[in-house]
Amino acid sequence: MRRSFIERTLAALLRAMEHAAASERLSGGRGFLQSVDPRVKLLGCISLIVAAAVSRRLTLLGVLFVAVAVVALATRIPAAQLLRAWAILFAFTAAIALPALFTTPGDAIGSVAGLTITLQGMRSAAFLVSRVETSATLGLILVASTPWSRLIAALRSLHVPAAVVLIISMTYRYIFLLLRTAEEMFTARRSRSVGALRPAERRRMATSTAGVLLGKSMTLADGVYDAMRSRGFRGEVYLLDDFRMRSRDWGAAAVFAAAAALAFWRGLR
Amino acid sequence: MTDALFEVRAVRYAYDSLPALNGLDLTIRRGSRVALLGANGSGKSTFLRLLDALDFAQEGTIRFDGETLTPERLDDDAFAHSFRSRVGLVFQNPDVQLFNATVLDELAFAPLQLRLEKQEIRQRIDHVMNELDIAPLAGRPPHRLSMGEKKRVAIASVLVIDPEVLLLDEPTASLDPRSQSEIINLLAGWSGDARTAVTATHDLGIVEDIADHCVVFESGRVVAEGPPREIVQNEELLYRTGLLHAHRHRHESGVVHSHPHLHRHGDHEHSE
Ligand SMILES: Nc1ncnc2c1ncn2[C@@H]1O[C@H](COP(=O)(O)OP(=O)(O)OP(=O)(O)O)[C@@H](O)[C@H]1O
Ligand SMILES: [Mg+2]
Repeated sequence: MRRSFIERTLAALLRAMEHAAASERLSGGRGFLQSVDPRVKLLGCISLIVAAAVSRRLTLLGVLFVAVAVVALATRIPAAQLLRAWAILFAFTAAIALPALFTTPGDAIGSVAGLTITLQGMRSAAFLVSRVETSATLGLILVASTPWSRLIAALRSLHVPAAVVLIISMTYRYIFLLLRTAEEMFTARRSRSVGALRPAERRRMATSTAGVLLGKSMTLADGVYDAMRSRGFRGEVYLLDDFRMRSRDWGAAAVFAAAAALAFWRGLR
Repeated sequence: MTDALFEVRAVRYAYDSLPALNGLDLTIRRGSRVALLGANGSGKSTFLRLLDALDFAQEGTIRFDGETLTPERLDDDAFAHSFRSRVGLVFQNPDVQLFNATVLDELAFAPLQLRLEKQEIRQRIDHVMNELDIAPLAGRPPHRLSMGEKKRVAIASVLVIDPEVLLLDEPTASLDPRSQSEIINLLAGWSGDARTAVTATHDLGIVEDIADHCVVFESGRVVAEGPPREIVQNEELLYRTGLLHAHRHRHESGVVHSHPHLHRHGDHEHSE
């Protein structure tokens, strides 16, 4: 039986999440950044993302993107995974940037289907795409080189409020569970219905599934909160590992700081 | 020091207007191993939540070691800390209980919350991982484990605080026979003057192994109490409370007749 758009999307999301979980294995491995203190990586990546976001030079963004791509490969993120991420993001941002190509006033450099493309439009589209690609690659490097629990712990030790950290960590956990539940519900209903469903029936099924799913996730959230209280949770999370900066962490911090400073300086002039 | 650890008096509890506990009276003695028997919906899980002070009696009182459990009492840091270190609950649904990124984090959660020394925590984790045979799972995310593995991790995550009182909700449901008997052996070994266990179940087959006292629930009330052997043999009671049901059998002689049947509900799926 043909699967609906929603089902296919769900399956794709689930696969993507499984992929993210695979990065839990990758992050335990021996790559370029794996052994660096997660706080250094977190702050380093964030400052480079900000530098990319405020840069007013396309060449700088280009250099940054290439540098970040090299680091990603050194971190042993599979090239195929990188290319896939870039392609998906390109499709999204290009769709968003497309109107700017034509609507930004400036010097005409060509035309498509009677609409004029301007140089300024081209530039602003290029800015958007390169910023997004660079930031996303940095994010990917961070997630792929750091086990999830260490990343969460790093957030906490950088004094991000416990409640925020908790929400982030539970979101990760529950997106997965919810996707799985949704998929199981679809499969279960499909196995109970005979013959192909008409589109209207499919839509009704999707809506009611969403409702039940929402109810389930609320119950689940309540339950998790109880499970935490039962084991002594009083609003604060504590960690088993203490972070300690070693010389290679200081080294990495220096490199990140120099790169970010350079990027800011060049990008803002 | 009295002999009674939990004293439950005329407790009522309703979800919205749906009554779950209807005037429940029960005394749980220190050092006893109690089985709560009852059909689906008879109020076992609700009762355990109240014993664990996750919810509170709407009428009546529950006293733990002489102290009445109220929301205000649990707001007190010192009392909450002592209560949470002394009483542990293993939930019916491990998907609810396990929320950390790895099994190791899961096991560390309760002792960290209770501010134990890190060295001590590591030792306890090692100990409990060996005890429950889950050391190879340490780095795995709990939500990707099999149901049997999840149950073990859930039990381990509570045993790691070495509680005096262990509250268990259907610990053997949805486990294969071998995992069931491993859990039962573990619980059977759970005894001592200062160790109290309260296990909710509708599996009559395990009661004698895990309990020395048996309490039967029906519609949120205690309808019978006694030694496990007596309760398990009281067919009339078990029929009435939905724990036993007639089963039609064709015998070799060709005669068909109904007779009571001890049912294992171990393979039921639960969702809460
Ligand atoms: N969160 C809730 N909201 C509303 N009603 C609930 C909730 N939890 C339980 N109930 C209701 O309270 C009653 C007692 O439920 P409880 O879960 O305590 O029974 P139980 O003996 O544990 O059953 P089971 O053997 O199926 O686990 C049931 O009628 C149930 O429908
Ligand atoms: Mg129950």
